[in-house]
Amino acid sequence: MEKSLNWREFVITRSIKASGYSAILFVALIFFFLVREGLPTFGEVESTSLLNIRWYPIEDRFGILPLITGSIMVTFGATLIAVPFGIGTAIYISEIAPRWVREILKPLVELLGGLPSVVLGFLGILVLSPFLRVFLDLPTGLTAFTGSLLLGGIAVPTVVSVAEDALDAVPRAYREGAWALGATRWQTIWRVTLPAARSGVITAIMLGIGRAIGETMTVMMVTGNAPVLATALGSLFSPVRTMTATIAAEMGEVASGSTHYHVLFFIGMVLFLISLGVNIAASSVVFRAKKRAERILS
Amino acid sequence: MKHFVVLFLLSTFILTSCASSSSQGSSDSSATYIENKGSDTIVNLALAWAERYQSEHLDVRISVTGGGSGTGIASLINGTVDIANASRSIKQEEIDEAQANGIDPVEFVIARDAIAVIVNPENPVNELTLKQISDIYSGEITNWTEVGGEDRPIVKLSRETNSGTHVYFLEIVLRLGNSEDETLFSMDTLLLPSSEGIIVEVRQNPNAIGYDGLGYVPDDLKMIAIAEEEGGAYVLPSIPTVNDKSYPIARDLYMYTNGEPTGAIKEYLDWILSPEAQEIVAELGFVPVDSE
Repeated sequence: MEKSLNWREFVITRSIKASGYSAILFVALIFFFLVREGLPTFGEVESTSLLNIRWYPIEDRFGILPLITGSIMVTFGATLIAVPFGIGTAIYISEIAPRWVREILKPLVELLGGLPSVVLGFLGILVLSPFLRVFLDLPTGLTAFTGSLLLGGIAVPTVVSVAEDALDAVPRAYREGAWALGATRWQTIWRVTLPAARSGVITAIMLGIGRAIGETMTVMMVTGNAPVLATALGSLFSPVRTMTATIAAEMGEVASGSTHYHVLFFIGMVLFLISLGVNIAASSVVFRAKKRAERILS
Repeated sequence: MKHFVVLFLLSTFILTSCASSSSQGSSDSSATYIENKGSDTIVNLALAWAERYQSEHLDVRISVTGGGSGTGIASLINGTVDIANASRSIKQEEIDEAQANGIDPVEFVIARDAIAVIVNPENPVNELTLKQISDIYSGEITNWTEVGGEDRPIVKLSRETNSGTHVYFLEIVLRLGNSEDETLFSMDTLLLPSSEGIIVEVRQNPNAIGYDGLGYVPDDLKMIAIAEEEGGAYVLPSIPTVNDKSYPIARDLYMYTNGEPTGAIKEYLDWILSPEAQEIVAELGFVPVDSE
């Protein structure tokens, strides 16, 4: 009896361990695959022409700069919308809302997170983009800003649910301590609860950005996909082409092993490196914050 | 997206035809196989035809693959296919090559493909020359006043670069059929992933100009009458104007066989030119050929 229990324990711990490590393995394999398919780009396209501003693959023009700025533009706009809105909602749900409101709001936000992005894309094409064209007097409603609004909407539920969990995990004693010192409700939230939940809130923002930069279907439908180099903030209100939309639109047609195919994988590599960069930046912030907290507590 | 569907259909089609042929085994030695390969523009149409034809003729198996017009014709020259699909007519050097190989290509016009230029019904512009459309898409003309319209910016809509329609429009309209010309679409041309995307945007945006296969244009959008050059007659796209070749942005779609077809291949091609098969042509957004 004892023996079989040990044996079972052994299998269970090992399989849990294996599934934990498998994440690392999968990331490594995916990156290896991207590199293997993407690196030949350097042999086939000169690096100067990769930095060109013209993306027109059927005439062998592979300037990826407009695609990178396009993705950055849309993601930047989405972050500007999702972060204040998402964290505000999280603070309201966790700190301010009465219990019954909270019980309605939380599942609703999660429901919003479950909306398929293609449905949002449809709404974008049929409702949001015509509205923005008339409202902002733009030549067309298919712009980076339209994409940003929708991506912001897609990222908000992610930000809300992660940030809300982090705020919820802050011990009640912190708040009570602040109130006892005469802090107002707002001062407590801004100076005590939010900093205490900092690492979770930053994770929430990071996941939100990750969600926005990797989103494909919606941006492909509403951003117009014109590969114009975005140079100023004004480009937010003109059409852009993102990296994800380019891969999605062109991969289905491309001859396997051709230059175009390799360049598309190269774009995937760039995308991977960008999200890796965002991750590293965020976790280093979290790490530094933790060290500081440890210092204070000791 | 459409192409994914095509690929999927194609693969399932091949798989099912393999499966059914192997399951029938040697007992079904009477089945005739027709290999059909070529233009990606035609592949949907060829598949639709093959499916319908096989459902009525159980003894005929047709396998359809894409790959491009050049690939199809090359396979015909090598003798590996029975029918090659092409969205352009065969070149002289390909005919020479074929004859050197003992192959005699015979041409059939099986459908026509016309591209309509569309604008919002509120836009007062009714007519454009090919040159004006070229200048609009290459970014030389940026305001509707320059072509007799209202003072509005022009928003150019195009299909994605991997669409056959995009390439055809580039060659025939932007470059006016001149293969030396290096004109490209202006960078701020919106590249939309589907015909539907273009139609939705043109429907709601009076600044927009777009193009699409004639059969896909809904009634509530305005088609532009096009003249080949200034001073020429402006012609609206329609089935008669495409068939009498007066509408300039149209092309014939071809099938080529080795010599005058006989037997099952002849029956299949005769059926393709029949009204029943030409109805499928119209359903898929192409222009049916006149049967006479």
